[in-house]
Amino acid sequence: MTTSAETVIAPARTRTATATATATVRRNQGFQHGGWFVAPFLALFALFVVWPLLRGVYLSLTDANISGDGANFIGLDNYREALHDRAMWDALGHSAYFTLLVVPCITVLAFLLAMLAHHIERGKWLWRLCFFAPFLLPSTVAGNMWQWLFTQGIGLFNETFGLTTPWLTDKSYAMLAIVIETLWWTVGFSFLLYLAALQGIPDHLYEAAKLDGANAWHRTVHITLPMLRHITGLVIALQALASLQLFDQAVVMMDFGPGPELSTRSFVQYTLEQGFTSYRVGYASAMSVIFFVIIAAVALARMALLRNREEGTR
Amino acid sequence: MSTTQLRLKPLRTKPRKPWTPSQIVLTLLGIAVSALFVAPIAAALFTSLKSEAEAAEIPPHWLPEVWTAQAWKALWKTGNITNWFVNSLVVSILVTAIVVTVAALAGYGFARTEFKGKTVLMGMVMAGLMISPAVLGVPLFTTVQQMGMVDTYWGMILPQCAPAAMVYILYKFFQGIPRELEEAAFIDGAGRWRIFFTIVVPLSRPSLAAVGIFTFIASWNNFLWPYMVTNNPDLMTMPNGIATVMNSYGIQWAQLMAGGLMAGLPLIIVFVFFQRQIVAGVAHTGLAGQ
Repeated sequence: MTTSAETVIAPARTRTATATATATVRRNQGFQHGGWFVAPFLALFALFVVWPLLRGVYLSLTDANISGDGANFIGLDNYREALHDRAMWDALGHSAYFTLLVVPCITVLAFLLAMLAHHIERGKWLWRLCFFAPFLLPSTVAGNMWQWLFTQGIGLFNETFGLTTPWLTDKSYAMLAIVIETLWWTVGFSFLLYLAALQGIPDHLYEAAKLDGANAWHRTVHITLPMLRHITGLVIALQALASLQLFDQAVVMMDFGPGPELSTRSFVQYTLEQGFTSYRVGYASAMSVIFFVIIAAVALARMALLRNREEGTR
Repeated sequence: MSTTQLRLKPLRTKPRKPWTPSQIVLTLLGIAVSALFVAPIAAALFTSLKSEAEAAEIPPHWLPEVWTAQAWKALWKTGNITNWFVNSLVVSILVTAIVVTVAALAGYGFARTEFKGKTVLMGMVMAGLMISPAVLGVPLFTTVQQMGMVDTYWGMILPQCAPAAMVYILYKFFQGIPRELEEAAFIDGAGRWRIFFTIVVPLSRPSLAAVGIFTFIASWNNFLWPYMVTNNPDLMTMPNGIATVMNSYGIQWAQLMAGGLMAGLPLIIVFVFFQRQIVAGVAHTGLAGQ
């Protein structure tokens, strides 16, 4: 009887490694079971993430074409070529420009929409539905809708606002058109994150501030904004990573072309053109690897920032 | 009678709040902004009810002068769209089922079991968060090509089924379940699998639903990967078919808008009915990224 009582308490103690024998037995059991739990995922992950990544690195060192036959090892030539490829830098510039425009706009807009939906007392479900609905549309459908709204002559956008802007055919407006479409299409996601965060701020903070005579503006600046700092970091990071991967809506709005004077050709689009139109799989793989490094750098920068901040608050 | 009335009364009088000036202003603002958000969808709906000639008229107008369902009828007649709809359903449902199963098992494995190389593997999963078909498109394509899965259902489905993000979300969730619950069952002689299916899964139903909902939306709307891996119009999914086939020979705007609505409206209608769950699902999966 006493032994069974001890085993109940035991788990707390095993962490200090009292009974090594039982610990190894446990670990062995755990090894088998644990291995099987993660096995299906690891199999898929190895086949469709790890292997393509390794393969991409290998291909980037060859002059492989789409058929995969007769690839020659050419060392770093693809990377050397990429560094001097004006078109690649332009495409990277377009993706970066798009990201720099979209991220701040979407963050501010999502916050304002969430504040609006949070503070209107009636019909919350309706505001949520209206602001979020566009996010549920496929990228290509949203792209087609706005392509049509922006088309000169037959488009309702210019008609409604009394403009004559050549949105899709002039290089100075084309990217802006894609930015507007993207704001409309994806702001709903960040809006929901902000809304959830707003609902998570405890009421007593506001009530205490009210007692101290703080008005609505002060309460927003001194309670709401600081409480939302964390979520803002998340929204910016997710949006930046998604925006750098711009492709769908841009190609759909530009009829699968690179836009006026190549002005909307994104990095992803240029990579796929190299791979599937020019059949230069080796070169396209080198660009994929470069892109992976860029994306990883952004993600790691965010993680470093987060860690710094956490240490700062301690 | 009197008792039910007594009980109902406080319920009825509770929520009605007064129309203060600030509420009136905010509500009007909300209506105006909502109108901006709904306008493109409404415009698409109205255009789908115009004749092709009217849809391309200059200057354009919002409401059809002659209401006609010709675009919708033509869409059905050409037949492709029903194929695409079924393909979308098959692909999204299979992807969702596989992802939820695989991610739940792996999340639990990482959260609660010990095995060799766990830390290294977890690090790889974290690195996997940064990889998508947009990042690794060309090598992923040649891999799938090598497996002979180009222009097949599995070629579309399987590469969408290794979502590091979902494993990570469920991993964090499972870590939050009190160990005592499992340990009690363990002492009673239940194996890992029984504990997983009888204790862990029922406890995590909301999280699993969140992952499932998010995966379904992402898969239904996924364009890039199906676009890369299929050329056969019979195998295309809705977003892919509409973007490539319907855009290819001279755009017919009314038909294009009707097709777009067929692809987009099902999710919006589902959203109207399951708003609470979907909002929780999207917020949950997004917030887990913290």
